[in-house]
Amino acid sequence: MLCEVCREREASVHVTQMQEGDVALRHLCPACAAERGIETTVTTPPKNVLGEFLQAAQQQLASTPAETTRCTYCGMTLRDFRATGRLGCSRCYATFEGSLRDLLRRVQGSAKHVGRRYVPPAADVLERATTIGELRDRLRRAIANEEFEVAATLRDQIRDVE
Amino acid sequence: MLDLTLLPDGGMGWLDGSGEDADIVLSTRIRLARNVEGFAFTGRSREGERLRVLQQVRDAMPQVPSLQGGVVLRVDELAPSDRQLLHERHLVSKELAGLEQAQPLRGGAAVVLGEGVGVMVNEEDHLRLQALRGGLQVGPTLAAVDRLDRELGARLPYAWHDDFGFLTACPTNTGTGMRASVLIHLPGLRLTRELEKVLASLQTMGLTHRGLYGEGSDVIGNFVQISNQNTLGRSEEELSDHLLRVVRHVIQREREARRVLWRDATHILEDKLWRSYGTLRFARSLTFEEAMSHLSNVRLAVGLNLITGLSVYTLNKLLIFCQSAHLAYAEGRALTESEADVARARYVRQALEADADPVA
Repeated sequence: MLCEVCREREASVHVTQMQEGDVALRHLCPACAAERGIETTVTTPPKNVLGEFLQAAQQQLASTPAETTRCTYCGMTLRDFRATGRLGCSRCYATFEGSLRDLLRRVQGSAKHVGRRYVPPAADVLERATTIGELRDRLRRAIANEEFEVAATLRDQIRDVE
Repeated sequence: MLDLTLLPDGGMGWLDGSGEDADIVLSTRIRLARNVEGFAFTGRSREGERLRVLQQVRDAMPQVPSLQGGVVLRVDELAPSDRQLLHERHLVSKELAGLEQAQPLRGGAAVVLGEGVGVMVNEEDHLRLQALRGGLQVGPTLAAVDRLDRELGARLPYAWHDDFGFLTACPTNTGTGMRASVLIHLPGLRLTRELEKVLASLQTMGLTHRGLYGEGSDVIGNFVQISNQNTLGRSEEELSDHLLRVVRHVIQREREARRVLWRDATHILEDKLWRSYGTLRFARSLTFEEAMSHLSNVRLAVGLNLITGLSVYTLNKLLIFCQSAHLAYAEGRALTESEADVARARYVRQALEADADPVA
C-alpha cells in the first residue's frame, strides 16, 4: 500500500485518528508520518553498554604503563583488550588483576562476587576429562610464548599419559 | 533440512501461555555464562580447541540429568536457513548462528537442547546455559538453569576466581554470569505514550531493555525484553528478585494504562483492534512488521476480553511461525520476499480460523 500523502513510498504507519467526530484510518510512510508529528517507533536507541564500557576501559587503561604485558597463557595484551573489549582466557584475570579490579568497580559497581560459590570437580573426574589434546595445546602455547620450563613440564606430562 | 521434530518439545514448550500474567509476559529466560578452564576463551581460541570444548560437553552429557533426552546440533554444519530457523525460535543467539556480519560462523559452534533448557557451545563464552519458561516464572526458571549449572559444573571445570566469581570473556558478565530477562508486551503504555518514560526509568534501577531479538534489536510489535544490567556484587537471587519486583510493577502500569484507554477511548480502541483482527483474518499479503503490529493489537484485544475464543497459545505461535525462515520451512522451499508475505497472510488466516471465530 502506498502512502496516502506522498503516494510514492510504502505506507508502513497505520494510525487511527479522530476527525470531526469520525474515526479515520490513515496509511502513511514513516517520513510523512514524522512530518505530521506521529510517533512511529520507540526512538530511544538501546543503551550502548559495550561502548560505554569500552570508553571506561580506555580511560582506565590509558594510564597503565604495562601496555605490553602479555598474558602468559593466551598472549593477550591490554592493548588487544582495549580494541575488542574481550579478555582472551581465564588467566587474563590474574595477569591484569589490578586494572580489571578497578574496571569492574567502575562498570559493575563492585569487584567482589557475592553469588553462588563454585568448587571445581574432584581431580579424578578432571583427569579423565583432560585429554592429551589439551596438554598438546598448552604445549604449543608455551612454546609460542617462549616459556620453555612450562613446555618441558607439559612434555613430561604428555609422555606420562601416553 | 533440519528436522525440528527431533527437538524436545520443538524447543517451544514456553509458548503454551501457561505462566503467570501470560497475556502480558511471553517468556522468562535466564542464562548463565560459563567457560571451561584450560582453554582460551572462544574469541581467542582455535577451531581444534573449540571442538574439544564441545567434546567435553558431549562426554559430560550422560551424567547431566537436565540434558537427558537432549540433542546436540552442530550449528556450524547447518545451512544458513536452518541457522536462521533456530534463531527465530530463540534457541540460539544471532552470534552463535553466524548471522552477524561482524562475527562470522565459528567452527565448533553448537547447541545442546533439552526440555526447557539448553547450552550454547562456543558462543562468546564457551558455554551459555539457559532456561526458558512461558509467562512470568522467574523462580522456576532460575531453579532450572541452576540445576543444569550444578550438574554440568560437577563434570567440567569452570573458569573461576575467588573474588571475581565466574570468569567470562566480557567483564560485563563476570561474577554470576547471569542475565535474567523477561519478554513483555506493552501496547497500553505505548498507546498512552508512557513507554519511553517507563523504559528510561528501568536504567536508573539497574535494569536494561532491548527488542525482541536481543542486543541492538528494535522494539517490534510492542515487545520489550527487560533484564538485569550488572552481574557482579549481588547474588543470583537478589538480581532475579529485583527484576521480578520491577517487572511486576511494569505489568501493573500496563494494566492501568489499558484501563484508562478502555475508559476514555472505548470506541477508538475497539475500532483499532477489530480492524487489526480484520486485516489478519482476511489479508492476502502481510509483511512481517505489519503482521507483528496487528498481532500486537489483537493480543491487546484478547487481554481486554474484547476478542474471546482466541488463545494466547495461538498468538504466541503466530509470533514464531510468521517469521521468514519458518514460513520457508513450512513451504519446504526458499521464498522471495513477496512470496513470504503471501505465505504469512495465509498462515495467519488459517491459524485464526482454527481457533473459535470470535465474530460468530
